[in-house]
Amino acid sequence: MIWNKLKLWFHMLGSAPYFYRFARAVAPWLWAGFAVTAVYATYLALYVVPGDYQQGDSMRILYIHVPVAWQAMFGYAVMTVLAIIALVWRIRLTEIMAMSCAPIGAALTLICLATGSIWGKPMWGTWWEWDARLTSMLVLLFIYIGIMGLYAAYDDKRKGARVAAILVLAGAVNLPIIHFSVEWWNTLHQGQTIRLMGESSMDPAMIPPLIWMVIATKLFFGAALLDRSRNELLEQDRSKKWVEMECTNQELNDVESTA
Amino acid sequence: MSAQPYRALFRRDLKLAMRRLGESLLPLFFLFTVIVLIPLGVGPGPSLLARMAPGMIWVAALLSSLLALEHLFRPDLEDGTLEQWFVGETTVLGRVWARLASHWLITGLPVIVFSPLAAEMLHLPHRALGVMILSLLIGTPALSLVGGLAAALTLSTRGASVLLSILIFPLIVPLVIFATGAVSMAADGMNPYAHLGLLGAFTILAMTLAPFGIAAALRMNLE
Repeated sequence: MIWNKLKLWFHMLGSAPYFYRFARAVAPWLWAGFAVTAVYATYLALYVVPGDYQQGDSMRILYIHVPVAWQAMFGYAVMTVLAIIALVWRIRLTEIMAMSCAPIGAALTLICLATGSIWGKPMWGTWWEWDARLTSMLVLLFIYIGIMGLYAAYDDKRKGARVAAILVLAGAVNLPIIHFSVEWWNTLHQGQTIRLMGESSMDPAMIPPLIWMVIATKLFFGAALLDRSRNELLEQDRSKKWVEMECTNQELNDVESTA
Repeated sequence: MSAQPYRALFRRDLKLAMRRLGESLLPLFFLFTVIVLIPLGVGPGPSLLARMAPGMIWVAALLSSLLALEHLFRPDLEDGTLEQWFVGETTVLGRVWARLASHWLITGLPVIVFSPLAAEMLHLPHRALGVMILSLLIGTPALSLVGGLAAALTLSTRGASVLLSILIFPLIVPLVIFATGAVSMAADGMNPYAHLGLLGAFTILAMTLAPFGIAAALRMNLE
């Protein structure tokens, strides 16, 4: 019963006007949620959590750096799933959504590298180190940029999206390398201290703002993804009838009944 | 099904390359211009050059392999031969393999044959020479495979050559790390086989997955 409803909803999402209206309705809620959780997490991180006994206040950048890094990788995983769906079932909206993930992920990766670099200067004494995790994160940035470049190089957007989806799959090999880089190569970047299962080696007092910021970045990704996909859809379909109807506030149902 | 059509394609590619030997060997000359520029740029001190040699030889090999990639599938797309790959009884995968094999013989093998010369020019310690040739033998096929994937992805785009090199770079990073790691280990008198093993793993991974990606990308470019 509920499975059939979900299936129907998924199929309806494949329709451009339906997706457009869905994204327009949902995105503001995600943005609002992002604003609330981000502000709350920032408050906790700046005023509630005590400073580190060694690093002092500069460790507080962790609350941006870590959630953004996670989201940059999680965004790639989302893009990979969408790319597989796009390649196998050729659903146009998943092609658009997969390609909309790339600029957001690239921005998040850039923020991660920048905050890490700002953090690294006082702590490690260097802006950049050819450490395994830093290098693999830089490679992730280049993969994101390559996907964007490949998609942009095709005039036929559907063809471009499908070709770039293959590159998404090829680049997915990098994800486990980033994740395990701190375990495989024992270089400058610290090891994993936060675990979902089992004991974290991080002090419990430091966890809450991190969790709130992780929720905030997830909401940000969802909101940005819906907005980006909606814009891309609008641009590709700008000469279609439903866009005209949507922009002139006509009911689409009327068109269907007259057509 | 016989292997005859694939062998025919393979022989044709090799024959074409032999007829235009000067053109086919241009990437090799390019490799040597890079090798010659390095001592001029950083100074000819043997100890400095010896430390840089593994990385420089590999980077030069990578750069020179980029040159021939743009024409890996493009002439076939332009004269319509590529469409013939997808009709009839032959499989596209077989033709992709034949094309990649001939490409490796034309661009990869000369680099391996002349690499001792480049190594000598950069004062690579002699004890690392064998490992360097071995790393090139294991690594250059992967270079052809990943390069072939990038060439297929960018087949019908504008500005393909620039895009091609941007796409290859992130995919080829592990290859460069493991290959130069192995040669550096050998140059320092340590055991290089862990790095060589990982290099081999990368090549096997590329061999299993890249041809499928290439075939899919070629098909999409014809749509």
